[in-house]
Amino acid sequence: MAQLDIRGLVARYNDTTVLDGIDLAIDRGEIVSLIGPSGSGKSTLLRVISGLLRPVKGTVSLAGETIDYGDRRSLRRARNRLAIVFQQYNLFGNMNVLRNVMVTPVTIKKRDRREVEAEARTLLEKVGLGDKLNAYPDELSGGQQQRVAIARALCLKPEILLLDEVTSALDPERVGEVLDTIKLLAAEHMTLLIVSHEMAFVRDVSHRVAFMAEGTIQELGTPEQIFDAPRIARTRTFVSRILGHRTAA
Amino acid sequence: MLAFIAAEIPRLFTIYNVILLAKAAVTTLSLSAVGCVVGLLCGTLLTLARMSRRRSLWPLKALAFLYIEIMRRIPFLVTLMTFYFGAQVLGFNFSPLEIAFVSTSVISTAFVAEIVRTGLQAVKASQIEAAEVMNFSVWQSFWLVRLPQAWPIILPPVFGYFVLFIKDTALASQAGVLELTQAAKILNTKGFSASLVYATVLLLYFVISYPLARLGGHLEKRLGTARHSRSRRTV
Amino acid sequence: MHYVLHYGQITPYIPYLLGGVLISLALSILSFAGGMVLGLVFAILRNEGGAAASRFVRGYVAFFTNTPQLVQIYVIYFGLPDFGILFTPFMAVLIGMTLNAAGYLTEILRAGLASVHAQELDAAETLNMSRLQTLRHVILPHLFRVTMPALTNQYILMMLGTSMAAIFGVEELTGRAFNINSTTFRSIEVFTTVAAIYVVVTFLATILLALFSRWAFRARVPVI
Repeated sequence: MAQLDIRGLVARYNDTTVLDGIDLAIDRGEIVSLIGPSGSGKSTLLRVISGLLRPVKGTVSLAGETIDYGDRRSLRRARNRLAIVFQQYNLFGNMNVLRNVMVTPVTIKKRDRREVEAEARTLLEKVGLGDKLNAYPDELSGGQQQRVAIARALCLKPEILLLDEVTSALDPERVGEVLDTIKLLAAEHMTLLIVSHEMAFVRDVSHRVAFMAEGTIQELGTPEQIFDAPRIARTRTFVSRILGHRTAA
Repeated sequence: MLAFIAAEIPRLFTIYNVILLAKAAVTTLSLSAVGCVVGLLCGTLLTLARMSRRRSLWPLKALAFLYIEIMRRIPFLVTLMTFYFGAQVLGFNFSPLEIAFVSTSVISTAFVAEIVRTGLQAVKASQIEAAEVMNFSVWQSFWLVRLPQAWPIILPPVFGYFVLFIKDTALASQAGVLELTQAAKILNTKGFSASLVYATVLLLYFVISYPLARLGGHLEKRLGTARHSRSRRTV
Repeated sequence: MHYVLHYGQITPYIPYLLGGVLISLALSILSFAGGMVLGLVFAILRNEGGAAASRFVRGYVAFFTNTPQLVQIYVIYFGLPDFGILFTPFMAVLIGMTLNAAGYLTEILRAGLASVHAQELDAAETLNMSRLQTLRHVILPHLFRVTMPALTNQYILMMLGTSMAAIFGVEELTGRAFNINSTTFRSIEVFTTVAAIYVVVTFLATILLALFSRWAFRARVPVI
């Protein structure tokens, strides 16, 4: 049974169809990356999965349980089992680092404060921010904020973690530190669904890669297949343009 | 003439009259303060109703919208007189002060609601989304995320409004409330020259309002986050 | 408590009230115009005049924006007669409102003037414009474009402010409400009707001013 099972997912933004029949199954411990041109629906897919945009058709199942996005209890249960890290970090500006990580487990999930605090400290230590517990988000660099955001997501103990272009808003020299943090998660067999433009990273870390365009998955395969021997022309053009661009730069 | 008026000064500032003026000044300040505190509470509720996304609440939303848009376009004097004479014809036995408190609250609710709305909307939607995907309820995200980020934006202009409103409360004298302007009228009828008593009261208003206005400006700079300085009233 | 609303008793007075609106409009427009002239002079003095002129303007603005307009008019109407200076109620209110408006308008215009960019002035200089031409073709259009929302807002506040003329016996909209109230004793009906008229008039004024400033200065002022 797949950890995350998406079938025939269709979503619209106003009158534009942004997801046009997505099928994707992710196994437990698997790492799947979504690549593709901007506007292809990668980030929208993550928004739909996490319930920020209601799908018009299709289903999303988490560990066998289909999420009913119209039902608050069902959505609540689903959100309890997943976590998302945003491109713009979205740390709560009014809370310091430690509180950002602890607030949901303690206040929303009603877990024991001391236990959560110990975990939060360990996680922040792990992402290299053990000395920034009392800092506020606006006192941190983008890379540091994003690592806090990852720690915050991990402290929710999600069954699957969604990463939405987590390095796109960062200065180039900050990208590495965040990618290294994600590699740590990969090594721990966390189930990850990643949207990224960092092709080298995607290739390195993913078990499977999906190329998206115009709201559909055009090609799905191992990193080797997608990057070295894409089956369709569109993937080839995209990959070669991006990789070519990278080498040129 | 000036010498004649100058000769009145020692007579004007007897202990009795100074106490009268001091009490009146307190009333002036409290009229504006009560208006703003009630305005902050009711204005927040109105804004919440207005910003609510629940479809079933649309009549409440429309009412909140109308209240805010309409009340800011009625002169304070007219609102005050509506309550003042309205209470009389309806046979309510309210004191002038109570009438004035109600009037200032009713008006400032509309003005403060707009300030509150600007502040609440200044909090990025992405912050609320982050809370939403972590299963915060609407109230939890309001109390834990939106409000704590909005109040530094809201407070300086509300304070600015409070200072501004101090001057408007001079109109409460028309309902017979013993605030500064009414105190001047009383002293005038006691035989002091109009020029002297009104100039004195004018000066008292200045002494109260000017430092507070400066403090407000300072507050706005310090809390800094305010993206739009809104200490002036906008209609 | 058995009070039945009788708006029917007010309807005959509607033309009388609308006549009052004209007086309110006259008061607000005249004092706004006067305040603009004073404000413009003060704003220029404040920005370009000497230290003494600048200090005077600062003091003027601080004084008039930190004291109630009502009491300012009291001083003019009841205080100045002590020195043999007498005004009709209308004139006293008009003068008071003008002086008061000048305080607020100086601040608005000063901020607007400060935003005229040095490059624009340089450009005017290279085009060999005279000072007056620069003022007319460069500074004033820019000034009105950027200050129009604040000026509109100020005008609306002044229109509402004219109601205090009633206290001095001017028979503008609120003054006429007092008159009707004392003959009919239909207080709630009278004052709510008058309130509604203020709402409508200020709404119309906002819309007209927005359209005007779009047309005249291409200023982006929201219509509502």
